[in-house]
Amino acid sequence: MVGERIRAGLADYRTLAAAKLRSDWQYRAGFVAMFASTVLVTAMDFAGIAVVFTKTPELGGWTFRDVAFLYGVAGVSFGLADFLVGSVEQISPRVRTGVFDMLLIRPVNALVNLTASEFTFRRVGKVAQALVVLVVATAVADIEWTLGRILMLPLTIVSGTVIACATWVITASIAFFTVETQEIANTFTYGGDLATSYPLHIFESWLRVLVTYIVPLVFVSYLPALYILDLETPLALPSWLRFASPLAAVAMVVVARAVWRAGLRHYRSTGS
Amino acid sequence: MAGVVETRDLTKTFTVRAKAGRVRRERREVVAVAGIDLRISSGEMVGYIGPNGAGKSTTIKMMTGVLTPSAGTVRVLGLDPITSRVELVRRIGVVFGQRTQLWWDLPLRDSFDLLRAVYRIDPQRYHANLAAFVDLLDLGPMLDTPVRQLSLGQRMRGELTAALLHDPALVFLDEPTIGLDVVSKHAVRRFLAEMNRDHGTTVVLTTHDLADIEQLCERMVIIDHGRIVHDGPLEEFRIRHGTQRTVVVDLEVEGPPLQVPNTTVVRVDGARQWLSFDRTVTTAAAVVAAVVALRPIRDVAIEEPAVEELVRELYERGGGA
Ligand SMILES: Nc1ncnc2c1ncn2[C@@H]1O[C@H](COP(=O)(O)OP(=O)(O)OP(=O)(O)O)[C@@H](O)[C@H]1O
Ligand SMILES: [Mg+2]
Repeated sequence: MVGERIRAGLADYRTLAAAKLRSDWQYRAGFVAMFASTVLVTAMDFAGIAVVFTKTPELGGWTFRDVAFLYGVAGVSFGLADFLVGSVEQISPRVRTGVFDMLLIRPVNALVNLTASEFTFRRVGKVAQALVVLVVATAVADIEWTLGRILMLPLTIVSGTVIACATWVITASIAFFTVETQEIANTFTYGGDLATSYPLHIFESWLRVLVTYIVPLVFVSYLPALYILDLETPLALPSWLRFASPLAAVAMVVVARAVWRAGLRHYRSTGS
Repeated sequence: MAGVVETRDLTKTFTVRAKAGRVRRERREVVAVAGIDLRISSGEMVGYIGPNGAGKSTTIKMMTGVLTPSAGTVRVLGLDPITSRVELVRRIGVVFGQRTQLWWDLPLRDSFDLLRAVYRIDPQRYHANLAAFVDLLDLGPMLDTPVRQLSLGQRMRGELTAALLHDPALVFLDEPTIGLDVVSKHAVRRFLAEMNRDHGTTVVLTTHDLADIEQLCERMVIIDHGRIVHDGPLEEFRIRHGTQRTVVVDLEVEGPPLQVPNTTVVRVDGARQWLSFDRTVTTAAAVVAAVVALRPIRDVAIEEPAVEELVRELYERGGGA
């Protein structure tokens, strides 16, 4: 039953994302220019990192190679998440103008419908860049490969991607709770008091910070990297936490699902 | 048999923040739908009308799983539109006349093909339906045109096709004829009538063009300020609210307004005079007889008020039925 729903969701995602790709391709010149600029920016980014690789001083027990590995793991996870559901950020204009209605009258999971309908192929650039960094960093870092570490790497990437996707969804869901999207963006930037401005009891500020910054950053790469790179676990942390990323991923999905659903129930469309 | 749509005390309240002073913002409750009890049976064509802001679109959004009701219940095809949204929308068709559900940058044909995939329409069924709709709505010449290049009327035919390709048992149409010329309107109406006749499709339609209702719907539901103020056959509405009649007489010679009991002269134009009377008080025959007794006449006609006129009066009275 759940498996079937997931399969249907993936099939719909593929159908709708392909349609978006074809639509974008109608404006070939723009599509190619955008893609070229992404590739260029990515290449320059990478050049910057390559320069760093030439020097290898140490930093708090972490060599630059270790840092590059950390960066690669996080980059691939966030890049994949961005590629798959990053377009969820397009929710704000849709909710504000009421065009979101049109996503709900289709027999498709609303989140799948939104992310696939706004699918942007050029986001693949970030994944590619991070992948290169990760491959190089994995090659040059002195990792003692055990079976556990070999298995841990893909597990970390998958968990990290899921955590990042959930983070995106949680952040985007806020659009449902406010009509003036510009206003909420400012609230974030200038640190206004979210809880008093909006009925977000489920979204107290501390929880927001925990869920949108701390959990992702720590679990996506820091903790698993401690294990893979065989570094000292800081005293305050129990060492099992190094393996807790998949659990964090599950927890994040549960939270994201609840927030998204509450958001859908809260959606108010527009008067015309 | 259970109705295809059943609502009980269906209510939607919006909280709006209005500016009150320079910084202060005031919360205000807008009751868009104020307790609607409605039951629609399979195969009906229902005209859902009311003045601007009456709550028509809000009701339809609650029936299609877009908006969560504030109170009351709604069941469509036996399902709760919010908890069973995906299951429900697979079996219904929806057109919001103000929005498009087509893929803007792709040829019209591609939109249909995408819908086939999304609704999992059996390919054979799909091709048969598409061929029938292309024929009925004369879509042939525009199938390969990107949707953004279609005219409004052409696009609306595409929207209708998109909403009906998967053989829905029930369709909700929110202003499907808005902005269309007489030819396109005719095409849309004929299409809906045929779907209803040949497939028993239940149709719920909102419109500001009462000709849509007169030509399509046996049942008319009028709402105002979120409440139902009339629900019944169109004919019954005409009988109940249209008690005023007008006798138009062409006199042999011009003269002052005629003094006929139980009538009022509402207009004089040369030798022609309009005498209004209440059908429940007197009869057209009595009025004509009284006129003839007073002055020689050349011609006479009896006018019934148009439904549009009656509805306008109802709206202006604030729905106080
Ligand atoms: N998203 C919303 N937020 C706040 N108020 C709303 C919203 N949607 C509708 N309303 C209000 O609810 C009332 C009913 O609106 P609705 O759109 O249902 O009317 P309608 O009958 O469809 O009117 P029209 O004929 O103009 O389309 C109006 O007063 C409107 O301002
Ligand atoms: Mg409306």
